[in-house]
Amino acid sequence: MPSCVTIRMTVNGKAVERTVEPRQTLVDFLRDELGLTGTHVGCEHGVCGACSVLLDGQPVRSCCMFAVQADGLQVTTVEGLAPARGRLSTLQDAFCEAHALQCGYCTPGMLVACHALLERNPHPGEAQIREAIGGNLCRCTGYQQIVDAVKLASSQELCHD
Amino acid sequence: MTDATARGANGFRYIGRRRRAVEHRRFVLGQGRYAADLRLPGMLHVALVASPHAHARIVAIDVAAAAALPGVEAVLTGEELQQQVDPMLPGVDAPKVARYPLARGVVRYCGEWVVAVVAATRAQAEDAAELVRVEYEPLAHAGDAASAMREDAVLVHPEHGSNVIFQRKFRWGEVDAHFAAAARQLSYRVRWGRSSTVPIETFGVTCAWNDADGLLDVWASIQMPKYPDQLARCLRLPGNAVRVHYDIDVGGSYGVKRGLKHTVLVGYLARRLGRPVRLLEDRLENMRGGDMQGPDRQFDVTLAFDDDGTIRSMRMRAIDDIGAYSGRAPLQLGKPVGAIVGPYRIASVEYEAIAVLTHKTPQEAVRGFGQSPTNYAIERGMDKVARALGMDPVELRRRNLIGADEFPYLIPSGTTYDSGDYEVVMDKALRAASYDELLRERDALRSSGLLAGVGLSTCLEPSGGNSSFEPLFNARNETTTWMDSCLVRIDLGATVTALIGTSSSGQAHETLVSTVVGEVLLREPDSIRVLHADSLNALPSNSPVGSRMAIMLGGAAAGAAKKLRAKLLAMGAYRLGAQVDAVDYVDGAVVLRADASCRVSWEQLVDIAHRKHHELPPGMEPGLQEKFVWEVPTGGSLPDADGRVQMYPCHSFESHVVLASIDPLTGKVSLLRYVVGHDCGVMISPDVVHGMTYGGVAHAVGASLMEKFAFSDEGQLLSGTFMDYLLPSAEEVPAIAIVDHCTPSPLTEFGQKGSGEAGYLGGPAAIANAVNDALAVRGAAIDSLPMTPQAVWRALREAANHEGTTA
Amino acid sequence: MKAAPFDYLRADSLEQALHELARHGGDAKLIAGGQSLVPMMAMRLARPSVLVDIHRLAELRGWQVAGDAVRLRAASRQCEVEADAGLAGAVPLLRAALRWVGHQQTRNRGTVGGSLVHADPAAELPLAAAVLQARLHLRSERTERCVDAADFALGPMFTTLADDECLVAIDWPTWSVGEGEVLRCEFDETAIRHGDFAMASVAVQLVLDASGVCRRAAIGLGGVDATPLAFPDLAAQLHGRRIDASSAAEVAQAAAARCQPGSDMHADAEYRRHLGAALLQRALLRAAGEPVAGAAF
Repeated sequence: MPSCVTIRMTVNGKAVERTVEPRQTLVDFLRDELGLTGTHVGCEHGVCGACSVLLDGQPVRSCCMFAVQADGLQVTTVEGLAPARGRLSTLQDAFCEAHALQCGYCTPGMLVACHALLERNPHPGEAQIREAIGGNLCRCTGYQQIVDAVKLASSQELCHD
Repeated sequence: MTDATARGANGFRYIGRRRRAVEHRRFVLGQGRYAADLRLPGMLHVALVASPHAHARIVAIDVAAAAALPGVEAVLTGEELQQQVDPMLPGVDAPKVARYPLARGVVRYCGEWVVAVVAATRAQAEDAAELVRVEYEPLAHAGDAASAMREDAVLVHPEHGSNVIFQRKFRWGEVDAHFAAAARQLSYRVRWGRSSTVPIETFGVTCAWNDADGLLDVWASIQMPKYPDQLARCLRLPGNAVRVHYDIDVGGSYGVKRGLKHTVLVGYLARRLGRPVRLLEDRLENMRGGDMQGPDRQFDVTLAFDDDGTIRSMRMRAIDDIGAYSGRAPLQLGKPVGAIVGPYRIASVEYEAIAVLTHKTPQEAVRGFGQSPTNYAIERGMDKVARALGMDPVELRRRNLIGADEFPYLIPSGTTYDSGDYEVVMDKALRAASYDELLRERDALRSSGLLAGVGLSTCLEPSGGNSSFEPLFNARNETTTWMDSCLVRIDLGATVTALIGTSSSGQAHETLVSTVVGEVLLREPDSIRVLHADSLNALPSNSPVGSRMAIMLGGAAAGAAKKLRAKLLAMGAYRLGAQVDAVDYVDGAVVLRADASCRVSWEQLVDIAHRKHHELPPGMEPGLQEKFVWEVPTGGSLPDADGRVQMYPCHSFESHVVLASIDPLTGKVSLLRYVVGHDCGVMISPDVVHGMTYGGVAHAVGASLMEKFAFSDEGQLLSGTFMDYLLPSAEEVPAIAIVDHCTPSPLTEFGQKGSGEAGYLGGPAAIANAVNDALAVRGAAIDSLPMTPQAVWRALREAANHEGTTA
Repeated sequence: MKAAPFDYLRADSLEQALHELARHGGDAKLIAGGQSLVPMMAMRLARPSVLVDIHRLAELRGWQVAGDAVRLRAASRQCEVEADAGLAGAVPLLRAALRWVGHQQTRNRGTVGGSLVHADPAAELPLAAAVLQARLHLRSERTERCVDAADFALGPMFTTLADDECLVAIDWPTWSVGEGEVLRCEFDETAIRHGDFAMASVAVQLVLDASGVCRRAAIGLGGVDATPLAFPDLAAQLHGRRIDASSAAEVAQAAAARCQPGSDMHADAEYRRHLGAALLQRALLRAAGEPVAGAAF
């Protein structure tokens, strides 16, 4: 029987340590070990993007890596995007305002992808927004209001209030 | 925003105003409560062993190695399960087509569940599932409807005696006479490919059985009418021994989240093992064995029309491949009966509906419940007639659209359309699309070497979901109500809570109900809490299917709130010593009309109801809690002998205008401009309506250009992953413009109609018309969805070859 | 979709990684970005008993000029390569190809070497490598060798890489451009959905002189055979010629005639062959700055 591995990482700013089976994916680790159920599983084969998280600040698919590969790294999930408890980030706020979601299932991955986009390009054009979310499938919105939300967020000061 | 208590232009205070959806906050914070998020102590996990064959006899099953693996708690076969549970019934009168969660003796499609393995973790369950040895004897199979309908066809369910599970030819009106009188006829065949809604969340369910209470608790990502009742029957439990928790957020459904078989399996296991058991479909299980594929139809249509473009009559034959088992699938041929002439003045119709069993993954209800394929078939015909007559497709529609002054309008199949203003909506869409300019843009693209086309559709979205198709397609089913309900209470602290009896899958029902209750009680909607009750606490609901919740849940919520308002009025009048007709309800207070200084405030009224029995009118029930159960307006009757029946009550309308280009080298279609004119009556939550419409268009893009459950000649599913079943991304879905129009429904509380299927009902038709407009330049046509690059290229090449041989 | 059990080891050095590979024989597998491997493991289509992680080895990341080539170390991430202006200047086809590779989330993890080793016949980077005649440096505990891209991929998901070998670096030839000459490259593909593996893809790199005559050319097609195909001899026919509709068509037809495409539900062999010819013709014309007309069928 393969041996378990002790891993440490920083998740949403908090240091965590767990001993896990190497085969546990990062998304299962976040959900099952840490109880961070905001990150969702959609396809488990790297197409839908629902499981997107930030790894050292960059969006990645957490179904396409094992938790052990994230040992020592920084992970930010949707739960870590808000600036403080009870508050929304500008982007989260814009998603609510522009009705950029319906069932909410793809939303955490979308937020992560859009957050990363705005970090590197605070004023993206429509084509850039569509490219940035091209790897995140949504079945509810037709993407229109997501694009609108990103535009709205980028038009506001990114003060994260 | 100006004065919060002011009324808008539509006469309402809250209805129709932009308002943030209540649900959004928890979703953007990652605090949704989805089926997969539930964790119960001691919970076990299920993995499934699926059939690798389209049709085979199960010779032997050896579970010993699997059962011996550490962590494994049970290995269940169909042999055991089928003795312990009752079958799920087909939607039509075909009792021999029995369906169980696990196969026994024979497998009927590739992916059908054969063995369920229960273990401490899902990974362990998968380890064990790999060790289950099933010996099969492969059998010949019926791979499509055409072969399944042949005399010598292999039977999917030999006990039923035929692969045709439903067939009926309806004749409404003087079809023969109208055909004889018409100047021209045009026959055509169109095919709707097997696709589905494919939500990003798969189906998931957790069940826990309590020995002491004798109660099965169920948490599921469910969107299904009468789910608790059917579950209890299958599990041979009393109705009140099953409690479905509707406070589970559903990660998208659009019709398909109907995991009854999953729940029967997991409910049985939870009871047998005395432990909570969970089954979360993985994507592979979902695609091939989740039983959620959609309509797969061939239409043969003949239209009779005059030289001036008047469509007089239609003959339509629809054959639908429903797969290996029957649930609601055959009924998806029934709902379109309620809009079988589309928005057109067609005086008579012959409609033959045929549902065929094949050795494929079963079909489930999909957004529109069969209406979008039918709309596609009708709308392709409109363009074909226009082309045959050399008439502008806009003009042809203009000549046939039912006029605004003709409502209520009775169509030949027995449904009365409630209201509409079709031509105006079409014109709005054309104007928003700058139609003439769009045609010039098309022509410019053509002269630059691309193929380009403009497509139009004018389609109906029947809404307010009734189930008249049940008795229509099954004489033994006399269901004539599909009520929905709501309970509203005002607590001691004077705040309002509403209870609904369904889960939501993105339709923002909490927002809907709080807006409606706020409107009636004139309380700020954001102060009103809406709870999803469990099935034992809740009043009856038929769930958010058939574009019905704005109408039915909205109507029920308004009804309950109105009862409360009436009670408050009576209490206030009594307190003021006035007659009820001498007081008004003003922002929650009761005010003497003659002297506004005489009033009983909201807080005082609540205080009286909860604490001051001595101030209540004699005989009045204390407390503030009212329920309302609403029957579908126009519902309640059975079909006549000819199959005429009122199907759905309300009829939303949409008109799509699309500019598409085709890369002539690759055959790939791009959508360059997209406009939807939409009329769903009074919008309660405009953002929600627009959102669903955008999403419906995106789904239409998928169904018409990309998505297909394809099967090999051996009956293997070829598109069982997201790498092969292609959901459109933000780079394939164009920017979409929506133009609203409002023709209130006379049948509903606020004039609202349904909109949950908007965009999808006219999208594939318009996209197909645009693509065909582009292809027509080269003498090519395509009448099969999805119109993939390869299919378009082939159509172009065939046309070129044809031209080559005839030139 | 949970992977079968395995042991995991994060190598501290290439040396150690190679040692582990040698020690476990065929049971061990290297993981870098894992963007192809992890889904395959989740579907249990791949089931190594040991995973050796080389994603973080600094010695396998970065690039430098090595003679007439850029030596790119294999575990360099696709996102880093895409963003590197110096690299894009030296090997512009690499960036042109990367634009078509997956999405930001996959490029942030995926490595250049990982894509080459995975050897999907429709993948972009293997096509770029074939067209530019990249050289792949393979190392094991016992040997070190250098293989031409054309000889590396043997079939779909099948390469010459031995069980104990690691792809450590790729030499991407840089093309010298003379006075008045320009380097042009074009990467194009047809997929039903952007970011997916292509039904067919094309890569073209040209040097044009001041009068527009082709001085050097490299062309290739992906998705139309068991491996990406480069056509150096056909490309050579363009040398000294002006690329126009007829010369482009001639070369494109000849190239497509050599392909033996497979079939799947999205594209059968006939369509893929057509796509190969059509895309190659168009890419040549675009690269040469010639007008592209709609094709006749």
